[in-house]
Formats: sequence, structure tokens, C-alpha cells
Amino acid sequence: MRVRLIDVAKVIRSKNAGPFELTLDIILKDEEIFQKIKEARIITPELISHMYHTSIDDILGIIYFDPAYAVKITLKRRIPSGSFGETDIYGAQQHAPLAAMEFELRV
Amino acid sequence: MSERRRCTILSPTAILGYGFPEESFKRGLKMRPDVIAVDGGSTDPGPYYLGAGKPFTNREGVKRDLKFMIAAGLDLQIPVIVGTAGGSGAKAHVDWALDIVREISEELGKSFSVGVIYADIPKELVKKKFVEKKIEALAGVPNLTFEMIEGSTNIVAQMGYEPMIDALDKGCDVVLAGRAYDPACFAAVPIRMGFDPGLAMHAGKILECAAIASSPGSGSDSVIGIIEADHFSLMTLNEERRFTKESTCAHTLYEKSDPYHLPGPGGMINLDEVAFTEFPETVEVSGSKFIPSDPYTVKLEAATCVGFRTISIAATHDPIMMGQIDSIIEEVKNRVSKLIPDIFDKVKIHIHEYGKNGVMGPWEPEQSVGGHELVLLIDVLGPDQKTADSVCSLLRSSLLHFGYDGRVSTAGNLAFPFSPSDISVGEVYEFSLYHIMELDESEITGLFPVKEVQI
Repeated sequence: MRVRLIDVAKVIRSKNAGPFELTLDIILKDEEIFQKIKEARIITPELISHMYHTSIDDILGIIYFDPAYAVKITLKRRIPSGSFGETDIYGAQQHAPLAAMEFELRV
Repeated sequence: MSERRRCTILSPTAILGYGFPEESFKRGLKMRPDVIAVDGGSTDPGPYYLGAGKPFTNREGVKRDLKFMIAAGLDLQIPVIVGTAGGSGAKAHVDWALDIVREISEELGKSFSVGVIYADIPKELVKKKFVEKKIEALAGVPNLTFEMIEGSTNIVAQMGYEPMIDALDKGCDVVLAGRAYDPACFAAVPIRMGFDPGLAMHAGKILECAAIASSPGSGSDSVIGIIEADHFSLMTLNEERRFTKESTCAHTLYEKSDPYHLPGPGGMINLDEVAFTEFPETVEVSGSKFIPSDPYTVKLEAATCVGFRTISIAATHDPIMMGQIDSIIEEVKNRVSKLIPDIFDKVKIHIHEYGKNGVMGPWEPEQSVGGHELVLLIDVLGPDQKTADSVCSLLRSSLLHFGYDGRVSTAGNLAFPFSPSDISVGEVYEFSLYHIMELDESEITGLFPVKEVQI
């Protein structure tokens, strides 16, 4: 089944985790969809590096946080927060590629 | 174990100066808190504030919040603790906050003692630790060099709760701490009373954002945390919002790379076995542990001045221009470089294109221009203000009158909202230090001595 992430998530957000890292949070609507996404390994470093036009080495971690039905992805920031060429000091508006994400999921 | 069964912590607002409803705060006081604590800062607003020694919160806002807190603290004879005073927690910031506290003292007509704890770390010590290989870069951070240390303006370290306990032991009524680990100002009193550091620190991690962690969230409302022997609970002080399991869990993810392991001064909050339980009025949290590290480490932060900025904001509504905007910008830069070759090499230029990729830059997935307007923000960084001004001015005038292919709008290419069109922004900073430094036992409090000020 084709699934749009925005239909099964209640939170899709980005934020600095310190001035050198950006962290993306996806909080799924319920445990069932969370477990399915986790088991199917939908979110991979390859996928995120492709979405954000960044090197796979810059994907610092993908962590599932079961108590919140959440997936957390941490990337190296494009440049440190506030350095010349910055577009988003707080890193709070870097979620759009995830919000547009679609994937196949066996139901 | 503690002689007392519980420790009650009142967190009035997410950042000192962001405000809170008086009714919420008063409801919190009725719960007989053992401490009123507030986080005063963050690195979130970027490197400028730490580098320049300027606050990012408004003076009137900080004074209003702090006056309520100090009046209540003196009245109930409980300590008021501010972490990361003044926004970035360097000496200039702490002194700024101390000046506000003096004013409050005069207005209240009350004298009290303030424990001032600076978090500035002398460059000589940082260099010594660097030579001893006791400084390590965090993930994504460049390795340290002598030039980075030398070029930094204010070097601070995030203190733990230990120096704050020193201030409480000295009997200070108000504690103004420089740069501190966000949870420390909330954890100091319960840890001093004998409660579990894991619970106290994890509670502090949530309380530092006050009502942001409740639902619906707010950065300007008060909440209560109650630490007991084997758990802590959180409650709001406003009927409009409450803590839920969901809001508390979601907040645990916020602004950090690994929600299970939260490293800080002297150790790590470990949430591998954490459990959140929701009740009608509260959320209870148990299983949080604090795992001390050996050696004790602190995080260094600093910024360095990289030059001066001038900006100009303008927009186009012309589809012919928008269709070839990148080649126009490149050609304009090229022409300006030929007009002023001697200074062009000394500047950095970034033209933000709002409507195209202004928010995400090279990360933008959508590479075409979709809308009917495009905003250009010319951003020039020069070695001095005059150079930045000159280059920005030439870029702006060249863009305005550039004759691109197929141009029909020959009177001018840009719509300017402001006169003057160019703004000299001043000094620009970048983060230089964000490194972990090992401390000796004596430095845990020795680097952050408490200065008692009677006012």
C-alpha cells in the first residue's frame, strides 16, 4: 500500500540539536503504524541522504523511541548554526522533504 | 534517602523574560515550592549573543519575570535560581542580570544575598587542557586549534548543579549562574535534599522548557515538578493545558540527538528504563537514571567575530527575470567583481532567494521557482563595515539596473520596501568552540566559584 508519511504521522519537525547538528522527529499516530515502519526499515540513512542531498556520512543516527512512537534522525548541519550562508538558525523549517515523503508498506 | 518525602519545583517560564500568567505563578506558590528555578538561555538564537556578550531576551521582560520570582522567593524563604543568566551565560550576561536584580531590590525595598557564579573559562586554561589532550570535539564539530581558542571572545563552560549547591550552602537567597546545563538549576535543590540525581536531572530536563512540554504547549506559562523517592510528577498551573503521556514523551525527543542518553556535565541521564504514566492531573515519570562519567567533563562554548554584515532586501514580480534569476545573479556578481577587484576578494556574498530556496538552500528539494514573486536578500560579509557596505551597495544597484536577456521592464528590476535600502548590521559571529573538556575533581566547583553579593 502506498502511504504518505503526513497521513500517518502527527508530528514531523526539525530542530537544532546544538549548533552543529539537526534533528528530525517523526511521531507516528499510533503504535501499529510505528511498529510497521520500524520493522519494515522504511527510514534508512540512504533514504535521508538522498532526500537532503547530503553525504551518507552526515547522517549521524536513526533512533526509534518506542515510548513516543517516534523516529528520530540526526544529521550533521549543512553549516554550523549562524555561520555565513545560514538560512535557518534554529533549524526549525527543514522538515519539508519528510512531510512530502511517500513509501510502500505491506498491510 | 531524604528526610523529606518530596521536593516541589516551580518553573515559571521556558526562558527568563518570556513571561507567564500571574495566576499560574500564584497557583504554583500555593503548592509551597522548595525552589523557584528558571533557565535563562540557550545557544539556539545563534552565535552572536555569546560572541558579542549581548542578551537575546528583552530587559523589561526579564525584570518583570524576575521581580515576581524574587518577591515570592523572599516571602516564602525559598531560593530563586537562574541558570545561564542573561541568555548566553558569559560574564557580561551575568552582570547584566545582576544589574536587573539590583533594580528589583531597590523597587521591592528589600536586601538579600545573591550568589553570582561566572562560567567563563580563561583561555590559558583551555590551551593547557588542549595541550594535555583533555579536550575533544563533539560530533560534527571541527577539531580544536590554538587559533580557535585565541580567536574566541567569551569562552564559557556549562556548569553542573554542584556550584549551585555551593551557593545554597552559603545561604544565598538568589543564585545567578552563568552558562549552566539546562536541568542544573532545577536539579540543585532536590539533589541537595538527597533525592535521586537521575530523577532530579530528568525532571529538570523537562521543567527547563516549562509549559512547552504540556499540551497545548506554551513558552510562557508556569508548571510544577514534584520529585519523590522513586518517581517524579509534572503538573500544569493553568486549566487550559495539562501534561499528558504523549506531550511528555514527545518533549523527551526535543532538541537532542538521542532521546535515551542525554550527556551533560559529569555524566549522562539514561532513559533506557523510563516509564511515563498518565493520571488525570499529572504525568508520573520513573526509571530515569544518572550515570556519572569518569572523568567529569563539561561542554565548552564560544564564538568568534568573522567580520561585518550589510544586507539589502528587494523583490521582483517579473516572470522573465525570475526564469533566469541564477544566471542574472552570477553575472551581476561577475560585473561587481570587475568594478572593485581589490575589495571583492575580501568579502563573502550570499544572495538568499525567498520563493525559491530561501529556507533550505542547497537542501531544497524543489529547484524551480513556483510563485509570482521572488524576494532577494543580499547578504555581504566584509572585514569591516565600510567594505561590506560598499559591496552591498554595488550589488544592489547593479541588480536593479542589470539588462538581462528578454528584459521588457527597463525602468528597474527590483521593488524595495525600505529607504534606506541597505542596512549595516554590524559584527557577525560564528561558533568556534563546542567541545568537551575534562575536569579534575577540584575544578568541578573550583572553575565556577560562588561570589556572594549582598544587595
